[in-house]
Amino acid sequence: MSSAMRIVNGKVYDPINKIDGETRDICIEDGRIVESIPDDASRIDAQGMVIMPGAVDIHCHIAGQKVNSGRKLMPEDHKRDPHPGTAYTRSGSGGILPSTFATGYRYATLGYTTAMEAAIPPLSSRHALEELDDTPVIDKGFYVLLGNNIFLQKLLKEGRHEEFRQAVAWWMNAAKAYTPKLVNPGGDEPWKGKRNTNVSDIDEKSNGISPRQIIEAFINTVTAMGFPTPPHIHCNNLGHSGNYLTTLETMRTAGDQRAHIAHIQFNSYGGEIGKNPSSKAAEIVEYINQHPNITCDVGQVMFGKAAIMTADAPLAYVLRGISKNKWVNADTECESGCGIVPFTYQEHVYTHTMQWAIGLELFLLSEDPWRVILSTDHPNGGSFMNYPKLVRLLMDKSFRREEIARVNQKAIAKTALNDLEREYTLNEIAIITRAGPARALGLRNKGHLGPGADADITIYDEMENKEMMFNAPRYVIKSGVPIIFNHEFKNDHSGRLLHIAPEYDQKIEETIKPFFEDYYSIEFDNYPVNDSYLHDHEVIPTGPLSS
Amino acid sequence: MSENIRTVKNATCTFCGCLCDDMELTVDLDEHRITKAKNACVLGRAWYAEHVIEDRPAAMIDGKEVDFDEAVEEAAQVLVNAKFPIIYGLSDTTSEAQREAVAIADYIHGTIDTTTSVCHGPTGMAFQGVGESTMSLGEVKNRADMVIFWGGNPAVSHPRLFTRYAVTTKGMFIPNGKKDRTIVLVDVRKTASDPVANIQIKVKPGKDFELLWALRALVKGKSIDPSIEKITGVSLATLEDLVDRMKKCNYGVIFFGMGLTMTRGRHFNSGALMALGTDLNEFTHFVVKPARGHGNVTGADNVVSWQTGYPFGVNFNLGYPRFNPGEFTTADTLSNRDADAAMFIASDPASNFPKPAIEHMKRIPVISLDPKQTITSLLAHVAFTTATYGINTTGTVYRMDDVPITLRKAYDSPFPSDEEILTAIKKRVRELMLSKYGTSGVRREAKVASLTPL
Amino acid sequence: MTETMILIPGRTSEQGTALNKGKLKAEYQHETSMLDINTEDMERLGLQEGDRVRLSNETGEITVTCRGRKPEDLPHGVLFIPYGPPSSQLMAGETAGSGMPLSKHMEVKIEKVDV
Repeated sequence: MSSAMRIVNGKVYDPINKIDGETRDICIEDGRIVESIPDDASRIDAQGMVIMPGAVDIHCHIAGQKVNSGRKLMPEDHKRDPHPGTAYTRSGSGGILPSTFATGYRYATLGYTTAMEAAIPPLSSRHALEELDDTPVIDKGFYVLLGNNIFLQKLLKEGRHEEFRQAVAWWMNAAKAYTPKLVNPGGDEPWKGKRNTNVSDIDEKSNGISPRQIIEAFINTVTAMGFPTPPHIHCNNLGHSGNYLTTLETMRTAGDQRAHIAHIQFNSYGGEIGKNPSSKAAEIVEYINQHPNITCDVGQVMFGKAAIMTADAPLAYVLRGISKNKWVNADTECESGCGIVPFTYQEHVYTHTMQWAIGLELFLLSEDPWRVILSTDHPNGGSFMNYPKLVRLLMDKSFRREEIARVNQKAIAKTALNDLEREYTLNEIAIITRAGPARALGLRNKGHLGPGADADITIYDEMENKEMMFNAPRYVIKSGVPIIFNHEFKNDHSGRLLHIAPEYDQKIEETIKPFFEDYYSIEFDNYPVNDSYLHDHEVIPTGPLSS
Repeated sequence: MSENIRTVKNATCTFCGCLCDDMELTVDLDEHRITKAKNACVLGRAWYAEHVIEDRPAAMIDGKEVDFDEAVEEAAQVLVNAKFPIIYGLSDTTSEAQREAVAIADYIHGTIDTTTSVCHGPTGMAFQGVGESTMSLGEVKNRADMVIFWGGNPAVSHPRLFTRYAVTTKGMFIPNGKKDRTIVLVDVRKTASDPVANIQIKVKPGKDFELLWALRALVKGKSIDPSIEKITGVSLATLEDLVDRMKKCNYGVIFFGMGLTMTRGRHFNSGALMALGTDLNEFTHFVVKPARGHGNVTGADNVVSWQTGYPFGVNFNLGYPRFNPGEFTTADTLSNRDADAAMFIASDPASNFPKPAIEHMKRIPVISLDPKQTITSLLAHVAFTTATYGINTTGTVYRMDDVPITLRKAYDSPFPSDEEILTAIKKRVRELMLSKYGTSGVRREAKVASLTPL
Repeated sequence: MTETMILIPGRTSEQGTALNKGKLKAEYQHETSMLDINTEDMERLGLQEGDRVRLSNETGEITVTCRGRKPEDLPHGVLFIPYGPPSSQLMAGETAGSGMPLSKHMEVKIEKVDV
């Protein structure tokens, strides 16, 4: 219930509705964009400003047990970046892993109004939901980790595909999640059960099943059930030289069905395992260019502080061996694992520069900005607070050249980055930060400013320096409520949980329950999340009609 | 017993950090009590039997019954008018209530601390330095063929840790339960836990750090002088044997307790143990887990961490959270006489805190929330009698391994829940702070070294 | 005759169940006043089962009741008491900057109390 508001005189960038810099009025009523409103409605004069839909972060780590463990791990990180409260907003701490209130408010200060937490094991879904409920302003959801779920793998090994499908649908409901997430599928069992080993090939069988079989089953199931977004996949061999071959095979496994590859930069390396990586950005991007069923987010590395925070526990352990830093490992029974290592990307380090350059190559070589989406896999590639700087790198080639001059030149010489002249337009930025992720996620009412859309709107002062411009929108409106008005917080807002509720045959519970009784440490009846955790929420439709 | 009986299945016992969620409760709805708790251990049975509706006012000021609203108003006034208000406790309540408590601390620019600071706070501090390799309890059930208990006595503090989770229970790769496991117990004296162990190691009091450090050295292939026996009471041969077994197991676990955190070395002891667990991952899969005492102390850690960035001992004097154990932790803010007002939620520091802290509690206005009468509630200026979580309320709790569980209510209580009381206090405190300090930047003078007069 | 020993406050099953009944009730108060002491130490100090002893240190003093334990179960010079209000009286407020008072292994003087 918000009062009517009209935004006038601003230049609108709304790629979904093919508006590229036109000056147009935007009308808001009751939290949505509408065709028209009475003349006496309040106004915002956006003269000299750029209007975009609120931005959408398709892949970040902001809530849940893993993230909170990281917060507990790094007090030194918060101490240098306190987040004072105001009359309208709670206090918190920042750094690479902000506390929940600071996370929501800081996304808002960048003009982000939706963010998707990328990896939650179902056993701790309640925890993620509680934290997301304490993450203000933004709409949010999460991807549930199912790629190393022992019970689901058991069904696949036994060829019980229909039950697999019902079980996946059941699990989406039990967790209140948005889509399945696969992280290093098949790699959990060797890590926990075989003295810290891993799978290294998509066709390598571990415990009787290969990563490819797992990936294929999820893609088929999710496609058949018409989820708004396909399974999100963190490919095997992430971070290892030569892994681009695994990525290509993973994408091929999808055939022509939809699949989303997460933080694909980390999986775009050539070279020999154990040696320095080389860039295979061109090969990866070419595949994506030619296969419209594939979407990805880049996972750009930005120099400075980061935190490796991933369900890919074996990877975290390897990185810990390199940095000799404090390390967290946490196994989740029957489902998943995670690893955390504080990390810093440094300009003089060959590999770090290579990673940075590969990410930029992916952006600059991509022919379809709708499907190569902006992310830093926060906090793995760096904080989301780096997004404005990344936007500038993409839009301003002379700034890019300055930055290239500061990094490891040997690494740059091995990439095509120096030759890439492309500069992203505002329209393209609006695609990779708004329209593209909204469309990839199947969020029909987000990422655009047409009638019916959620009134999630960002208004920037148009500036030459794009980093400054994107760093501080003058107005941020969420569900029609002005959260930031003339650069100041004026209102708090809780944001909505986005989740799916696909239909399933209740009988599947009789199949799942005995497994629980034998192998889980909580009761089956206590496992699914009940509706008391749903506050302001929206169920996104699934089913053949919605795909 | 009446005939108005109800059965609640899959209820969660909230007495200790095991949070066993397989309780089958027989509830007498007329008599408002639980007459049977199937699957509960001796502690759980006492928990259920003894938490009944007591005949006491819901709200009191200086021992005299008052309206709920009057008590809320008085509590809010005390907190807002204090220079250094502290909030403490929170381990025996739901995360929903804990979230309200942190909000209050934020608004009043006060200090919030939980029972963690006198339990596994040192472990949390060591974690910040060393990290931790850990697991959920089902992994122990399914995989652990070596389980070590160090500095704790689960037989009396967490009885079902042995039977439901870690020793006798059968799992996916441990089909024969205890027979497939090697159990090791390390302590300074014989306890009721001894019979469970295949290997019992008795260490000299206050020498756990030396023992752990020697184990780390042996794991890394360094040699240790036999004089280690004189220092720690444990022979080199025993240590070498233990290290050999740890390296050869498939999945090793160490549970540890107050024997490490409450003794000489504190966080150094926890850190040494956690580092040992981490070191062993070079050879096999190894994890550690602090055994948490109260039902939802893990929830308190989680809530305070996600809302502030820090797990306990958090101060908001400057308008944002700051963390400093030893300065903002409650044993210190009371013993050093910094606190000039205190709210104690679901805990009884007047029984268990150091003597100088207890003396100071008697000098300052105290607000207490507790289902039972305790020494703390008796000395409180404002006392609320609360509904018992997990018996009279729903809500979320976090097991010692961070698994979140939703409580089931057995029967209603006439008393309000912690969450209701804290929400009411929060709202009032917010109004008072805004009217006292305005909206332009609510700042409070930094802590001044003026001690509350004796 | 007084001696210095190490006191360990800790959990017992009886203390854990009694605290549920209520900390102000007799069972809890009784259990938290029971001191486990090595039988050979008892003999040396002239103590019988059930005798009262005074424990004291810089922080405070308490009077508690003896329960003998075999030497192979409880080492010489080590005392155990279920923790509660009595043991708190011997706990100093100093946390060495950690937030955690020294709640176990307190050095105490023990002497028989003549009734």
